[in-house]
Amino acid sequence: MNFATLFERLDSTTKTSEKVTAITDYLHAADETEKLLTVAVLMGYKPKRPVKTTELRVWAAEITEIPLWLLEESYYVVGDLAETLALLLTADHASDVFKLRAILQDIMMMQTYSPAQQRRAIEAYWKKFGGTSLFLFNKLLTGNFRVGVSRKLVVRALSEYLAMEEAVVEHRVMGKWDPFEESFNTLFHQQLLEEKHFLPYPFFLAYPVDPVFFDGAAIEDWIVEPKLDGIRGQIIVRQGELFVWSRGEDLMTEKFVEFDELKTILPDGTVLDGEIIPWKNGRPLDFQLMQTRIGRKKISRRHLEDVPLVMVCYDILEWKSIDQRDRPLLERRELLEQVLQTYPVENRLKLSEIKTFDSWEAADLFRVEARQQQAEGLMLKRKDSPYEVGRKRGNWWKWKTDPMTVDGVLIYAQSGHGRRANLFTDYTFAVWDGGALVPFAKAYSGLTDKELLQIDQWIKRNTVEKFGPVRSVRPELVFELAFEGISLSSRHKSGIALRFPRILRWREDKPAAEANTKQDLLDLINARHESNS
Amino acid sequence: MALLTINENGLYCKQGDFYIDPWRPVKVALITHGHSDHMRWGMKHYICHQHTVPILRLRLGIEQSVQGVEYGEPFEINGVSVSFHPAGHIIGSSQIRLSYRGEVWVFTGDYKMEPDGVSAPFESLLCDHFISECTFGLPVYRFPRATVLYQAINDWWKSNAQQGYNTVLYGYSLGKAQNILAHLDKSIGDIYLHGAVANVNEALEEVGFHFPGVRMTTDMDRQSMEGAVIVAPPSANNTPWVKKLKPYREGMCSGWMQLRGSRRRRSVDKGFALSDHCDWNQLNIAVEQSGASHVYLTHGYEVNFARWLAERYQVEAAVLKTLYNDEMEEEG
Repeated sequence: MNFATLFERLDSTTKTSEKVTAITDYLHAADETEKLLTVAVLMGYKPKRPVKTTELRVWAAEITEIPLWLLEESYYVVGDLAETLALLLTADHASDVFKLRAILQDIMMMQTYSPAQQRRAIEAYWKKFGGTSLFLFNKLLTGNFRVGVSRKLVVRALSEYLAMEEAVVEHRVMGKWDPFEESFNTLFHQQLLEEKHFLPYPFFLAYPVDPVFFDGAAIEDWIVEPKLDGIRGQIIVRQGELFVWSRGEDLMTEKFVEFDELKTILPDGTVLDGEIIPWKNGRPLDFQLMQTRIGRKKISRRHLEDVPLVMVCYDILEWKSIDQRDRPLLERRELLEQVLQTYPVENRLKLSEIKTFDSWEAADLFRVEARQQQAEGLMLKRKDSPYEVGRKRGNWWKWKTDPMTVDGVLIYAQSGHGRRANLFTDYTFAVWDGGALVPFAKAYSGLTDKELLQIDQWIKRNTVEKFGPVRSVRPELVFELAFEGISLSSRHKSGIALRFPRILRWREDKPAAEANTKQDLLDLINARHESNS
Repeated sequence: MALLTINENGLYCKQGDFYIDPWRPVKVALITHGHSDHMRWGMKHYICHQHTVPILRLRLGIEQSVQGVEYGEPFEINGVSVSFHPAGHIIGSSQIRLSYRGEVWVFTGDYKMEPDGVSAPFESLLCDHFISECTFGLPVYRFPRATVLYQAINDWWKSNAQQGYNTVLYGYSLGKAQNILAHLDKSIGDIYLHGAVANVNEALEEVGFHFPGVRMTTDMDRQSMEGAVIVAPPSANNTPWVKKLKPYREGMCSGWMQLRGSRRRRSVDKGFALSDHCDWNQLNIAVEQSGASHVYLTHGYEVNFARWLAERYQVEAAVLKTLYNDEMEEEG
């Protein structure tokens, strides 16, 4: 079995169990030199893109003898450039065998080529491949490969294939590793585990709390902490080095320079889990400020002064090189408090505050107002819980405050990508400003497939104008949007930026005239700032 | 003066005082085929191909005033010579050719050039003015040969049957379903029909068409079905009706399945780009073979296809805004 046949199998089922079987079948049958590369690609590994996609479009248009504008229009409809090119370029002959290693190596080599050499190399592939193979080649060439296979699913297949616990597999495949440097042997060999001293533990993640939870849970059995709005991270001190990992499994040590000094303060074999937040003058700053800092390639002195970071710690996973994760949370918490008291780390590491409430009702009163405390809700953790792997129900829950909401009018629509290609699913919303509608947010998610189809049909019938992929529509439909944060912004036309906007529901009951106004949003911003000062 | 224009009722021939596939009630309606966006309710008098007559009676009622005609036999309406010609889209589907004072207009209705072995194959007509649909008027829509798709469908059914799964094939009940049924390999297993498909099949028996398959009824023992194929309209996807057929795998037969996104959105296991419309290549061939100097495009990617035709073939190409369903996945 090769990568292309595996892809076809994965792509022709919607059932998780069949996907896992497809991967294990592949691992048993595939060539040893291809296997790990396949695993890496399924988990998101991609070579650096050697050519601009605009060049690919121009070359493909020339080969297929269609004008560039028609290629662009086709791309709007397909919603995926790799697929568009494959559909245009596929000729009527069979494809060559798909050899992942050779292809990836060629793509990496292309970075050193001149544009003319690049074109020759790519056209050679375009000639010898068709259908699925051509699509996959284009995907690897343009990056951004999504197969509809989650990382977790690959881990499950690996665990079956290797007869190894999922948690162990998860640990081994964390972080960035080079599939050309590693092999199944080096990656999964027992004795080599110790050498991976820079690796974090898999994060334990919480689900939103079930309403039924409160019926049975006694609040005395639970640790309740404010859920802070920052970046979840692990700080690792091992062998005299320090590493900071984010929950997205990115190594972010260089972005968080203020933690560097910890490697000389904390003993080797220490791993802490917590929330990295901006903190100044004894209180947290707005999350938005950290976002701008993280986006920078180089952090200036001014950033360090304006937006200093701390980690609010809530767990200790390793101490003196011993894995602490199986101990009950209460014991880990005690150890954590000791460590933070013993070592002079108070500038950089804070202890997560424990809130004590008499009842869940009292806790709820705090939760509702959590935003005023720079928190986005509460975390509920069982006092005797171990530190588990991945997202699990039962021992940890997040209990978030309700989002802020606004009613906006749909004014523009654009077709989506991937599963939503050829369907108008990306919407721009506006609020009233005097007699005019000003766009203030884009949102993609939140509607059911049925609603999407219904609205898609409506958009097609109520289009006012088409600009490339975007359609302006009659301003009639009103949607309730939820969001987590709001601030002034010079980059947006409305002067307002929302954080994580999504569609809560379609307000079929509301006419456009009753949507919110820009003033309503400005009032929200002012209200937040007053509560902060 | 143009022989066909659009008004609020539909595509109108003033010289002959009749409409083709109108969307509002009129006196005389020439009907290209039996899909609901072309054959609407409320016309005083319908004229269609004789194979469309039973479909019309099934869908609009038996009391309608209908005249069935044969392919290639011209007749006159108020001095305009009218003839119906095979469009290859579904059984009974027709192109309508109008000739008046030496000028010839052809309205294709929906059509395809790839023979399906069921409907009368598309016949190319020379004309001055050619009105064409362009549902799949983008170069990304180049479908595999139908024979390749029939083979793929049978192979998939066979492999599902071997693994103990039923196979549900979705295709529009009028047209696609018969196209599929005519090419299923009966040696693989039993064939069952959703009621909507069985209704159409029964109507077509009146004009001499016979298709395999047993109508599913509510009292049928679903447990006894194993490795069977069930042909159903796309609207049966995700309904309790289909869930009773477990264990099953679902395949959708539609030109839209050419795109991965469309298939994944349907959350079916397999998509077959088996279409009853022209793909990009066929549309280009049809326009060239018509010899027309003026081409009008109706539903589909009409703006893009018109621009392409004008640039590539130096013909006058314009968009005709109709109410025939645009981008409708059910009938692809």
